[in-house]
Amino acid sequence: MRRTLLQILLPALTAAVVIAIWMAINLGLSADTRFLLPGPGAVIDAFGDQRTELSRAAWNTSQGALIGFGLAIVVSVLASLLLSLSPLVRSSLYPLLMALQMTPLPILAPICVLWVGAGLKSVALLTFVIAFFPLVVNTTQGLISTDRNLVEFFDLCRASRWQQLFHLRVPAALPYFFTGLRIAATLSPIGAVVADMNAGTSANDGGGLGFQAVIYASQAKYAALFATAITTCVLGFLLNAVVLGLGWLALHHWHDSYERSDR
Amino acid sequence: MAVFPLDTAPRPSPLLGRMSAPPTVEFHGVTKRFGDGPLVLDRVSLTVAAGDFVSIIGPSGCGKSTALRLIAGLSPLSGGRIAIGGQAPEEAAAETAFVFQEPTLLPWLNVAHNVELPLRLRGTPAAQRAATRARVLDLVRLGERAAAHPRQLSGGQKMRVSIARALSLAPRLLLLDEPFGALDEMTREHLNEELLAIREQERWTAFFVTHSVAEAVFLSNRIFVLSANPGRLHTEIAVPLPYPRTPETRHSPRYHEIVANVSRVLRSVVDAVA
Ligand SMILES: Nc1ncnc2c1ncn2[C@@H]1O[C@H](COP(=O)(O)OP(=O)(O)OP(=O)(O)O)[C@@H](O)[C@H]1O
Ligand SMILES: [Mg+2]
Repeated sequence: MRRTLLQILLPALTAAVVIAIWMAINLGLSADTRFLLPGPGAVIDAFGDQRTELSRAAWNTSQGALIGFGLAIVVSVLASLLLSLSPLVRSSLYPLLMALQMTPLPILAPICVLWVGAGLKSVALLTFVIAFFPLVVNTTQGLISTDRNLVEFFDLCRASRWQQLFHLRVPAALPYFFTGLRIAATLSPIGAVVADMNAGTSANDGGGLGFQAVIYASQAKYAALFATAITTCVLGFLLNAVVLGLGWLALHHWHDSYERSDR
Repeated sequence: MAVFPLDTAPRPSPLLGRMSAPPTVEFHGVTKRFGDGPLVLDRVSLTVAAGDFVSIIGPSGCGKSTALRLIAGLSPLSGGRIAIGGQAPEEAAAETAFVFQEPTLLPWLNVAHNVELPLRLRGTPAAQRAATRARVLDLVRLGERAAAHPRQLSGGQKMRVSIARALSLAPRLLLLDEPFGALDEMTREHLNEELLAIREQERWTAFFVTHSVAEAVFLSNRIFVLSANPGRLHTEIAVPLPYPRTPETRHSPRYHEIVANVSRVLRSVVDAVA
């Protein structure tokens, strides 16, 4: 009980301190340099003024991030199953994955636009590319790291390959999968925003937070720019919270990374 | 081995062809090497009677675990032959259960699901699994902990679950590779007594690998001492203590005499390696 109270109080305290410092710096700035750091009040006002633009942009970015993230989950799980088959498969396919991960998003973006057109499709596809790598690497590692003793036990039970996969390798890989998922959940909203800056479009109200940030910057609406930054953060936090919750549901009964419930 | 015509079979058809009694186990010149490595087991020949409780002792690396894996059919022989109730290890596999040094439980399954996993993998119906689970958890006195996950159990309890899981298959041949090696003395003695108590109810032939002479003498009616590099059968020692054995058995002069004798033999074998 005391711990849960602390767990709420401490982050709240941190937030209060950050806002206090923020206000102090804002007040300390002279009138002609105050635009460098708009105060909390100005940012809140910007949220009000820009609520139509911001909520539409947030919705568009969320769509891109979620579609890309979801696609990355499905494809990475299938790819991991393939990659876990043998070291030969891994050594032949890893360079390809690496190449995809090594190419910076601003370079991939125009290629993507060329193939599927600017807007949601491109944003989702680029987010997929960003989220895919940590997922596939971690999940594959999990699938091939099964405790040797347990594999031997399954051999002894004369378990089929499928039984070994579903009763042993997949559950054993779950903690690794969730590690990848947490990284991917952090990268996905960021990826979607950067993709939007490079491959977004305002046509059909399709612009996301990245696009909106470019517009605000060009119009010198700095308070609105800060509001955009906060919105992006909140999206990232929400996605992370969902993933953390799912991880807890899947693992807290048995995995050592969670406290014993009966301590 | 009794084989019944289908219509008079006393058991459902999946069980047809089962050994009805604990099997004899025979090694005929068994040789084993891994790849082109050195000889691990060299022409080991031995005979174990039905229902025997046999311990295998010997220096580290002499091939005790390897021998168990051969009996389990987990690894092919390089030479010679093993007959389990007249069958090859692979044929007898359905009747053979293995208990490892580690409990090797699935951490994401609770005790009940861990215990019935081998049956589930064989496609046994749920009702039958539940009955078996209740029976074997009772045998190891863990009926109350059926819903617990492995990490909530002590080392000794985990080992009991592992033994219950092995028993769930109603094996006729039980292979145990240093199952109590990681436990403290008291827990180990308790589990030794429990294992013998279970043996009074369930009939199997047992191979038990251990580094503890006292444990080997308490449990078995016969002890095989292996020598190392390569692993050969050095001596076979009978343990003429009557069953059932109780904690009192450990205080009998006869018991101490046998322990001293076996220790001397083991010592000479280990010294020969060093
Ligand atoms: N899979 C394997 N591949 C190659 N060599 C192996 C393998 N398994 C065991 N060996 C070798 O076979 C020999 C016997 O090993 P084994 O595990 O049977 O010994 P052990 O008598 O059980 O020893 P310990 O008492 O330490 O458990 C060792 O020299 C070991 O290195
Ligand atoms: Mg061993």
